[in-house]
Amino acid sequence: MGSITLKNVSKVFGEAKVIPSIDLEINDGEFVVFVGPSGCGKSTLLRLIAGLEDVSGGQILIDGKDVTQSAPAERGLAMVFQSYALYPHMSVRNNIAFPLKMAKLDKAVIDKKVTDAARVLNLTDYLERRPSQLSGGQRQRVAIGRAIVREPSAFLFDEPLSNLDAALRGTMRLEISDLHHQLKTTMVYVTHDQVEAMTMADKIVVLNRGNIEQVGSPLDLYKSPRNLFVAGFIGSPHMNFVDGAYAQSKNAKTAGIRPEHLNLSKDSGLWTGTVKVAEHLGADTFLHLDVDGIGQITARCDGEFGAHHGDKVFLTPDEAKLHRFDDKGIALRA
Amino acid sequence: MARNVTTRHKITATVAAWIVALIIFFPILYTLITSVKTEPEAIAGFSLIPSGTFENYVTVQTQRDYFKPFMNSVVLAVGSTILALIIAIPSAWAMAFSPTKRTKDILMWMLSTKMMPAVAVLVPIYLMFRDFGLLDTRIGLTVMLTLINLPIVVWMLYTYFREIPGEILEAARMDGAGLWQEIVYVLTPMAVPGIASTLLLNIILAWNEAFWTIRLTTTNAAPLTAFIASFSSPQGLFWAKLSAASTMAIAPILILGWFSQKQLVRGLTFGAVK
Repeated sequence: MGSITLKNVSKVFGEAKVIPSIDLEINDGEFVVFVGPSGCGKSTLLRLIAGLEDVSGGQILIDGKDVTQSAPAERGLAMVFQSYALYPHMSVRNNIAFPLKMAKLDKAVIDKKVTDAARVLNLTDYLERRPSQLSGGQRQRVAIGRAIVREPSAFLFDEPLSNLDAALRGTMRLEISDLHHQLKTTMVYVTHDQVEAMTMADKIVVLNRGNIEQVGSPLDLYKSPRNLFVAGFIGSPHMNFVDGAYAQSKNAKTAGIRPEHLNLSKDSGLWTGTVKVAEHLGADTFLHLDVDGIGQITARCDGEFGAHHGDKVFLTPDEAKLHRFDDKGIALRA
Repeated sequence: MARNVTTRHKITATVAAWIVALIIFFPILYTLITSVKTEPEAIAGFSLIPSGTFENYVTVQTQRDYFKPFMNSVVLAVGSTILALIIAIPSAWAMAFSPTKRTKDILMWMLSTKMMPAVAVLVPIYLMFRDFGLLDTRIGLTVMLTLINLPIVVWMLYTYFREIPGEILEAARMDGAGLWQEIVYVLTPMAVPGIASTLLLNIILAWNEAFWTIRLTTTNAAPLTAFIASFSSPQGLFWAKLSAASTMAIAPILILGWFSQKQLVRGLTFGAVK
């Protein structure tokens, strides 16, 4: 079991209200990702759940039990830190065994659990090494190993992949998702990388300045962002926002159109643009354009589109996939 | 070409380093040389060639007992260091891991006491020592040396503890370690090099302290610094004997420093070079 409930949780550091007030329900077995720009309070929220910070107000419940005043160790959670936070003076074996030793388990039981965890995480050959003798990816695995041996009711991940290079990040992303499918334990994952959020989450919580902007499945957020912030944050490249006459003709203050929902043509279209930068990735092409009467627009199309700096290109937005926002930035539904 | 330049740079740097080291070491070397001269040779003027007599060492030992001030030095240096660590470890711990708005001010204030000339407080401290019966006692001097070096000990430990990432301590907390287990299994093993080099440096500082040890003692608690000073007495200056006494006084700490130099360098440059 591992359901987490936040009721009216707030956090104040001195004068700064980092989290004004948050209500959130995390169901047992869910993979929940907190995403938002840096300084939005997502790590603070995770640390409040972990018990590493005291709440300024509100309640935190784990499996229905109020743990607001409980010490971190009493909450039955395990955490993986951004810096891995391995114990540098201990071998990999002792690092993974540490929480079990603290729980005063039998030596034989500890040995078995450590061996099992090492096998799952491909660390068997490294058990006698020190953390300093491991690569970044291996260190991250040790940190995960230390978390899983405890069989916690939920895992907390604080930007665990941000210190890894891009290729390793991709691999570890898959490994963590795979681990979630195997263990079926609740996971709460903090990241500023919306690709990680989109690919891993069952449920994404988008945070901005300590407030929840929207909660939903990755595709919910992609298809129906509730406001300009979520619309601009979710999706890569970012959504294009168009104000003025075009938006007014759609009865909105701002119109939003994703780069992949623009039809490109070299002959005709609604808008005319000049290519500033063309990024040819093979599988798809990104064009950054200066569009007459509109401004900067990013367009994406599948496969190769033969356009280069200075070329004229015509664009037509797919009106069925247009997003409309009122003057407060809230999405207008048809 | 490039290799030649690098080699030449290396040679220049090495020679320069040796020259600087020799200049720094020269007073000690000259003390050593003078200690094996006869008294007339010692006053005669600058000379690097002694007659090589060990008579001064014998005289120093027979005229005055070396063992007693040596033991006093050991007790004062080790005692004041242990006392300072007992006070400094918890305070540095608190300041490094749960700092308040005033932590920096407290650290600066502690350090500022080292900026004051010691002679400025000589009279009040002398009077207090006299009134409490602490003059010429090991206890009084141990407390004095502890207080003198405490700011430096706290600072060193504080900077050392600051290098220990807070996340590791948080990880231990998440892993179920209580405060005591966190200190014993995680913090202390990681801080041992820092504590060790602080201990070594403080022993050296306490061993060499000469202002208070000479002024607050006469015979009973007088350490080696007072032992050296006693050779420049009203009966006249005995350069060779003074040098022999000095050599005997600094020898133990030089040997300690030599064997622990790796630890000391690591401790003093920690944070600067990683």
